[in-house]
Amino acid sequence: MVPQDLHYTKDHEWVRLSGDEATVGITKFAADQLGDIVFVELPVVGKTLAAAATFGVVESVKAVSDLFSPLSGEVTEVNPTLAGQPELVNSDPFGAGWMLKLKVSDAGELAALLDPAAYDQLIAEA
Amino acid sequence: MPYGPHTTADRDRMLEAIGIASVDELFDDIPATLRASRLNLPEGLPELELMAHLQALAGRNQTNLASFLGAGAYRHFQPPVVDQLLLRGEWYTAYTPYQPEVSQGTLQSIYEYQSLLAELVGLDVVSASHYDGAAATAEAALMACRATGRHRILVSHAVHRHYRETLATYLLGGDLELDEIPVVGAGPAAGTTDLAALETLLAQADRPVAGVLAGQPNFYGLLEPMAEIGRLTHLSGALFVAVIEPVSLAVLAPPGDYGADIAAGEGQSLGIPTQYGGPYLGILASTDALVRQIPGRLVGMTTDLDGQRAFVMTMRAREQDIRRERAASNICTNQALLALAASIYLATLGPHGLRDVAALGAARAAELEAALIAAGAGRLHPGPYLNEFVIRVPDARAVHERLLGDGVLAGLVLADIEPDDPALADGLLVCATEVTTSAEIERFATALQAELGGARWA
Repeated sequence: MVPQDLHYTKDHEWVRLSGDEATVGITKFAADQLGDIVFVELPVVGKTLAAAATFGVVESVKAVSDLFSPLSGEVTEVNPTLAGQPELVNSDPFGAGWMLKLKVSDAGELAALLDPAAYDQLIAEA
Repeated sequence: MPYGPHTTADRDRMLEAIGIASVDELFDDIPATLRASRLNLPEGLPELELMAHLQALAGRNQTNLASFLGAGAYRHFQPPVVDQLLLRGEWYTAYTPYQPEVSQGTLQSIYEYQSLLAELVGLDVVSASHYDGAAATAEAALMACRATGRHRILVSHAVHRHYRETLATYLLGGDLELDEIPVVGAGPAAGTTDLAALETLLAQADRPVAGVLAGQPNFYGLLEPMAEIGRLTHLSGALFVAVIEPVSLAVLAPPGDYGADIAAGEGQSLGIPTQYGGPYLGILASTDALVRQIPGRLVGMTTDLDGQRAFVMTMRAREQDIRRERAASNICTNQALLALAASIYLATLGPHGLRDVAALGAARAAELEAALIAAGAGRLHPGPYLNEFVIRVPDARAVHERLLGDGVLAGLVLADIEPDDPALADGLLVCATEVTTSAEIERFATALQAELGGARWA
């Protein structure tokens, strides 16, 4: 079972909401599928993202995949630790492997995200 | 399994198996007008007659000219060891070594190429390798656009026109802009990149610049103020691309020393003959910060399961076969054999040998300048050069043609490359390297003096 306090996307990102601040990462399922992650490319702080826009790429030894923003908003922080320790995305995807924080501009978009049960079902069928 | 070509019976069986009547049916989706028509070629010849025919064609080459032609491809002494090693069958095998378990030798040779070139250009990462200098230069511009997220490239007008045209082609269709930085028209800096114009172009806040490209030496052979171009470039947040000639780096400051982010250039002068049309070798190098933007092969050194040194293709995940349309580049090959030639050449000469090659070439060029000035020619630009410079003579194209009749290839008629630039109408771009002899220089000067009839053309 995935963490119950998060929102999810079909592209395997997760969102933790605190007020209008959203913390974003990729799920354990996605990290496991990618294999050993060697590099995470993140946007600059201050960049405005639209929901579903590409915000960066995650590179493993076998693939490079785009990262999609779950919500619209402005980037307020990116995880500085990932530059030196990208493997945190594998070892602690829902915690120390977080990728960026957004100031959410449209809380209404939350309705389009998956709840934990729906995401569990998605990966069970994958 | 037989290794002969397919027989008619084989083909019929295959056609029957997939249920069609002829091979042509496989191409039904392509409109008939777009399909290849029969090539207009003469009938085949017996081998003996073919050899005679090809030898007659080759005999039309003039191989005993005193050549002063450079302009992007340079004659150098090629130690016989380069060809001797290059011809070994092992090097003709898989040129893209995806399987490290069977390709250690090839991978090591590529790793050595990267290491030798990195030392020469003074940058962290060298990609192995690209088609030629023009293609590598265009890839450098695309790297700058990806890395900065900006869409405009500035290229000095004193970069070889063919490179600028290749650049324009690569930038087509990608929503990318290309502007030229003019060269200084007169005075001591004539023929070099116009720094004031560069500042103006960089200052257009609504059109931020991704990368600035300048050549060292530039197309006219002149030395550019690279450190200053780099400083202005970085002030605007753009990346600085140095278009280099590798032999010159044995005596000139390497790009890493003057702050270039990327170096690109033609590797032909490293042990590869000036063969018509190539194949040549594109050099592309960058700082470590850009390692994920550099296209092409990268080989890394690692240890295998037994703890022994091993070489592998690395950072491959951004290439086209994996990333498809999001790949860093559409390059999906390399010039391994030519890169190997460059490696053997560099390893044979060593740093001191390469310095001798560059310094001797510069000395020969100074000798050439003195002889041509004494013969009555003038120099178009007054600034310092390394082994190539522009002379002015009246009616340059006719003089060039008549000298060819005397067995002297008097460099390049600049009007052939830049027909619309009146400042270059009288210009011949001439070059000397370590293989240029005093006798050849005298032959050129004597023939030119006779042409000019004692007149001085300053």
